[in-house]
Formats: sequence, structure tokens, C-alpha cells
Amino acid sequence: MRLGIVMLCHSALDRAAQVVRHWSDNGCPVVIHVDRKVPEDVYARFVDKIGDLPDVAVCDRIQCNWGDWSLVEATQLAASELLGTFPNLDYVLLTSGTCLPLRPVPELTTYLEDHRGVNFIESVTCEEVPWIQGGLGHERFTLRFPFSWKRTKRLFDAFVALQRRVGYKRKIPSGLVPHMGSQWWCLVREDLEAILNHHRRAEFDRYFKGVWIPDESYFQTLIRQVSDRIESRSLTLAKFDFQGRPHLFYDDHLELLRRSKCFLVRKVWPQADKLYDTFLSGDNTSWGDDEPEPGRIARICSSALERRVRGRPGLYMVGRFPRNDSEFIRTSARYAVFEGFGDLFENFPGWIERRTGFRCHGHLFAPERAEFADGAKLVSGALSDNAKLRDYNATGFLTNLLWNTRGRRQAFLYGPRDTKGVGGFIASDVNADVVVLTGAWAVRLFCENLPFAEARRRAAELQQREADHLKELRQSWARARVQVWSLADFLRNPSDNLDNIINDISPAPSRSVLQLPPMVDLRGFRQFLQNLKNEGMDPYLVGDLPPSQELRASNPAMP
Amino acid sequence: MVPGLYERAGGPGARLRNLGAAYGMRRRRRRLLGRAFLKRRQLRAVVDRTPTLGPDDILAFATVRNEADRLPWFLDHHRRLGVTHFIFVDNDSDDGTGAFLSDQPDCSVWHTSHSYKLSRFGLDWITWLMIRHGHGRWCLVLDADELFIYPHWPTRPLSALTERLDQTGTPMMGALMLDLYPQGPVGDTAYRPRQDPLEILTHFDAGNYSIQVQRPMKNLWVQGGARARAFFGDEPRRAPTLQKVPLVRWHWRYVYVNSTHALLPPRLNRIYGEGETLSGVLLHTKFLDSIVKRSAEERLRQEHFANSDLYNSYYESLTQNPSLWCEASTPYRGWRALEGLGVMSRGDWV
Repeated sequence: MRLGIVMLCHSALDRAAQVVRHWSDNGCPVVIHVDRKVPEDVYARFVDKIGDLPDVAVCDRIQCNWGDWSLVEATQLAASELLGTFPNLDYVLLTSGTCLPLRPVPELTTYLEDHRGVNFIESVTCEEVPWIQGGLGHERFTLRFPFSWKRTKRLFDAFVALQRRVGYKRKIPSGLVPHMGSQWWCLVREDLEAILNHHRRAEFDRYFKGVWIPDESYFQTLIRQVSDRIESRSLTLAKFDFQGRPHLFYDDHLELLRRSKCFLVRKVWPQADKLYDTFLSGDNTSWGDDEPEPGRIARICSSALERRVRGRPGLYMVGRFPRNDSEFIRTSARYAVFEGFGDLFENFPGWIERRTGFRCHGHLFAPERAEFADGAKLVSGALSDNAKLRDYNATGFLTNLLWNTRGRRQAFLYGPRDTKGVGGFIASDVNADVVVLTGAWAVRLFCENLPFAEARRRAAELQQREADHLKELRQSWARARVQVWSLADFLRNPSDNLDNIINDISPAPSRSVLQLPPMVDLRGFRQFLQNLKNEGMDPYLVGDLPPSQELRASNPAMP
Repeated sequence: MVPGLYERAGGPGARLRNLGAAYGMRRRRRRLLGRAFLKRRQLRAVVDRTPTLGPDDILAFATVRNEADRLPWFLDHHRRLGVTHFIFVDNDSDDGTGAFLSDQPDCSVWHTSHSYKLSRFGLDWITWLMIRHGHGRWCLVLDADELFIYPHWPTRPLSALTERLDQTGTPMMGALMLDLYPQGPVGDTAYRPRQDPLEILTHFDAGNYSIQVQRPMKNLWVQGGARARAFFGDEPRRAPTLQKVPLVRWHWRYVYVNSTHALLPPRLNRIYGEGETLSGVLLHTKFLDSIVKRSAEERLRQEHFANSDLYNSYYESLTQNPSLWCEASTPYRGWRALEGLGVMSRGDWV
């Protein structure tokens, strides 16, 4: 089994020389194409460095530009030279100066021996390719691209749009079905020869000169003309970031790369001494005949992509601060907001905790302080209960609390007395479960025994604030799951109603806590409401309270 | 309009207003460059080793005053990261700082005895030195009590980071200033020079930061942390600003506006986005034992805040050897933990 190497070099020539030496030491002939953009003296030093190696040659240099025909041309040049000089090869591998062979070369040749006659080249039709850069799939093959995507992006886009508008389409040469895939392949010598010596090559070349990024489609398409033994995957592991640039691998990836069992990797940071020292050490101890398993690296890269593009939901930090109209997942986890329940029931948060297993705080946005569960002054993340600090950025306080406590569902009480600014934010958040008991503030007023004039003033104020908040919850942009009960409706059957509410919100409520939390004594409450009405203030959000007989009957806990 | 975090400028006349703001910022930038030019005469070169600099050198700039204790570790840490040259402005130190720095082979030192406050807290001097030496290079601008870290820092040098930033077309990187403090009163454990300050400063506040976007420069405004919690509970708006843009591939036209919290032109403030961008942390080692004595001095000198009188109670509290630690503090366990907590992010730099 003889393997020949075609290497394309653009930079980091010292490292490239090191890799060339590695291939050569293992008996593989190498032909190298060095980008014409590399200065003459650097090139001369490179040639000098590999001058002592047998079966190593450099071919004519042309200038290479990303995404255009020159990369294919360079490959053709070097491959022709390789095939001409070394006629007895079985396989040809295309690699770059920054690719690093991971497994010992004999293991690669054994692997190829076992798969003799199979071409290792990723070759997929455009419809199946998920990683297309710039949003162009099949159009790469049917439009023209006279402007550089990197340097004159606007012209590039405008010209694409123009061609779409007028319905321009190039003709694809008959018999060709466009395929795309990784630039880096390993082909059977005869099949590569068949591509390079194809009787229609002039026609194909002319066509592909106008295709965008032909280095990812020329060989990938033509291989289908000359062979049907294609294993559509690359032996070279390459991963791309969200801008379509290859990820670099560093010294700290050593174990990850070793465990991937891949034959080659692109691309390695030129200063990653440890990687080069380890994988080019000349130690040809076998890794076993395992198949490559790039899955783990693929997972790491795709989660990095997700993090770069979307970020962790609900996290606000120096590197992430989304605009408000661009996303509706604004917090890191689901949470429940109980409005009004704290006024009607005693120690409602404690009951919620027992019933649902949520962490339930008191009025987090109370005017005096944030009433954290268990009366804590600070919660995880050193979030303080200081009302001024909290109100300085109330939405930030909430997102921080939810981020700091992720892992356990949070719940809290809210009401018309509390910080106003956060109500709309909650309404717009998909993670919020909001249950409102409208008019419950009247119960608290009733219990507080204020002078009546004062109570009347407060009632009007609280009702207005609650009405404003209800309006927010009904806006078109509201995304929270909202249930609104008037106090009166709720009181008709508190036990069943509360049960339904909890079942709606909690995934697995505890069955052992069935009793209602103790309710405040409502004797005289009807009269209190009537007095308000008599003073000209209509507490309409309370609803029509059932007669007190019924009230008492529905709540056995009441005296 | 959806309520919440950060609103887009809109409505009639928005474009005109934006144009006006852009012109205002341009004028401001030019004025600041002019100031730096005028202040150049306040600087006297003590040791100038800059002629040896090459295009790939990564520079660090700092204005210092009596930092002889902190500087050895500061230099060691940033040398280890891969800073190849340090440029210091010595603001009239009398504890041997100047001599110590002049002896370092990779430091250049300028001396001045003019006012720190009147030089925009040293920025005018630094801006002038950056015009002369920073242009085209990656520059870190730090205080002596800041230690810069970034994702993967123990295994990847700064040059790997700056290459990555170059590659992604980002000429700057943002960082959160993270106040570290000891478990106990700040003045109780004595710090020895050359000691790792993180042996004493073991804790920080992980999740109490308040973030907003400020117009017209669209820079983030991050506040909170231990100092807001302990000292600014009554006036959160006055709490120190915590975001910084310490690492920039410099151009002589750039200026820092307010410490290194914000820059002009405004595009350099876009350190944030929809997803997570690569960001670092400045470990703030302010709360070593020396803070207690220093605060008494600073209170008299009044050189550190624009309206220093308002910060008297802050200095007052510090002179009483307070403890910043609380039950909800988080112990510092390296960059991976910070990333998990969402204090910094590697973006897609795997």
C-alpha cells in the first residue's frame, strides 16, 4: 500500500515542513503547493528545509484566494505532479500545511488497505448540506460570482440578488449532479487519474471556474462521474465556527483529539508545541483498529456554536445582552408568580413549598425589602434583599435570582403594592406562570384596620395599579401563561380552585398536602366592601362576593 | 413596545438624532485626543525601551502610584499570559515603585507628578503613550490591582487569544471587573510582595450584577458586586462601574472615554450581542490589607472620583476594616467555574 500526499500551504511553513518530514519518514511521497503570496525568501527557506528529503517535491506556485478556482487549480497542479513522478501509488491524500496527522501513518495505510478501492470524500447533494456559508446552496452552481465575498461583500450580495431577480441561471454541464463536501479527501489513484484525465475536463474546468467555492465541490462532484465506490466522509476532522472559519485546535485539546481516533485533524494552531511534539513524535505504537469517532468533538463544537449564536437563555453578562425585541426567552427557567394569594392566605409561600416542591418567596418586590424565602437577607449569588438595590434594576434582580437558583423551580408573591416596573417584564416572559387573584388587596386593607378615609384612598390606588398590570398581562406581546380569577369567583370554591391552579402549574404536586392553607378571617369583609361602595369607590376587581353563609361553608378552616 | 432590557432608538427623527449623536461623539473623541497631545509634556521618560518593540508585541499600559507591593505579582501574571512589554506612568510614587520598574528588562517607565484627576485619572497620559507605541498592536490597559484572565488562559497564551480575535474580526474584548475579597475583615491578613493575591482574596459575588445599555455610545453599564452590596445600598446609581474593555488592537485615533469602561469610536463598545461573545474577567485585588490605610489617604487626596465628596462615606467604611464576605459569597475556583456561573464566556472559542 503506497500513499501519496498532496499538501497545500499558505502560512506557518515551519510547521508544514515538520509535517512533510513526518510523511516522508513514513515512506509517503509528498508534493507541496505553496501559495504565491508567501514571500520569496520565506519560500526559499522552506524549500531548503525539506531539501534533504527523498520523494518530496514542490510544484509551480500560483496565488490562492479563498473561495475561488485557484485552490482547485493548485490541487490539480500538485496532484498531476505527484501522479507523474510517482506512478506506483495506490491512494492520494489531500491535506493542508496546518493539518496534523494524529494516528501513526502505518495505521492509516492499513486502514486504506482494508478498504482498498474506496474513495474517502465527503460528497453530498446541496439539499442535504446543513452548513452552507452565506446561505447559498444550489445557487453556487447556477449563478455567477465575479465579486469577492470577503472583500466586496455588498457587491457580491447585490449581484446575487440581481441574478435572482432577473431569473438568470447558468447551465450545468450535462450529466453532472452538483455535490459538495469537505475540501480534504483521500482518493484512489486510478479514480483521481480518471478525474484529471477526463475527456471533458476542459469543459468541466471552464464551468467550475464560475462556481462559488469550487474547492468544496469540484472533486466532490466529479468523483461521481468516475467511481461508484464512495465512502462519503472525510478522513480529516474539520469543524467550523459560526462565521464558517475552521476551529483551531490547541494544546489543551490533546486528550480530546487522541480519543477522537481520527486520522488527521484540521486545523492546528501553529504554536501548539505539545500537539506537534506528541503526534509527530515518530512513535508508531498502534492505537488499535478502531474506526474514527469524531462525535464528541462534533458535540462540543455544535454546542459552542449554539452558545455563540443564541447564548444561555436568561444570562445577562458582559458578553451577552440581547435586545429586548429579539427574543422572548428572557429568563433561565420557569417560575410561578402568585398575585393576591398572599393577602388571602396566611403563610402561603410555606404551603406552596410543601405542596409543589418549588422554592417560594414572599413578596420579592415588596416596598420594604425583598422577602426571600425563610427570611434570608441574601440568596445565592449574593443577591441582597435591599429594596433600593433591587429597584435600581428590578428586571435585572429577577433575571439574576432565576439564573442563580437554576435547578430548582422558583415561585414568589406579587401584588399591586410591589415594584411596578417588573410587571410588564413578567408578562412578556415565556417562562412565567402567572396566577392573579384580582381584588385580593381589599382583604389586606380590610385586615389592616386603617382609618376609613385612608383605606378608601389606598383602595382606589391599589385597584388602579392592579388594573394597569392586568392590561400588561393582556398585551399582544405578552407571552406568560396567565390565569386571572376575581376574588369573588375564587372564594366560591377555594379548595377546588386552588387545586386546579396548582395542578396546572406544578408538574408533580404533592398528594399529602391537600388541606388549604389557613385563610384570613373574612367576617365583616362584605360590609367593608359595601362601605367602600357607599363612599363612591367601586372595588370592581373583587367581583360579586357570595353571601357570607356560603363563604363560611366553603372554608371549613374558618371559625 | 415590549418592556424591558434595552430599547432600540426609534420614532420620528431617530435617524437625524443618531447623526447628531455620531457627530457629537466624533467631536468628543477629537477633543480627548487633543487633551492627550497637550498633556504629553507632563511626562518625563525614565527608562524608554520601546525602540526594541516589534509589530507582534502585546503591550500592557498602566498608571501607578505606590504599588511596590502589588507590582511583582502583577508583572509575573501578565508575563505568564504573554504580555511582552509593559509601559508605566509612575505618578510620583515614593515607595520605590519607580526604581523597581526601571530595573525590569521588559518595562518602560515615564514619570509625572501632575494631578491624576486632572489627567482624566491617568487616561490623558496613557492615551498619549498609546498613540506613540500602541498603534497597530494589541494593547491591554490595566490598573495595578487588576489581573486579566480569559477563557483557557492557563493553557493558551495571549497571542492565541489575539489571533482568535483578529480572525473573527473583533478588534476588542470586554471583561467584567470582579471584586475579590477575603473571608473575614479585609485588613486582617497581611499581603507579602510576590505572594499570589488569590491566596488571600478567595471569594466574590457571583450573581448580583445590574446591566444596562448607555446612550449614545451604546456601551454596557454594569454595576453591582460586593461593593454595591456593602457600600452603595442607599445609592445604587453611584456604585462603581464594572465593565471594561481592557484589550484592544489599538489605532491612534481611538480613545478611552471613562477609565477603560467605554471607548470611542462607539463600535468598540459592542462587546455584547444576542449570543455570547468571547469575554474575560479582571480579577480585582483591591481588597488586600493595604486598602484600609490607603482609603484614609485617598479620602484626603480626593483624586479617584469625579465628585469625590460623594464618596466620603465609601472611604469612611473602608477605613473601618469591613468584611465583605457573606454566606452567599462564592469561592474562586478558576476560569471554568467562572464560565459556568456566567461571569465570563468563551463564546465559540472551543
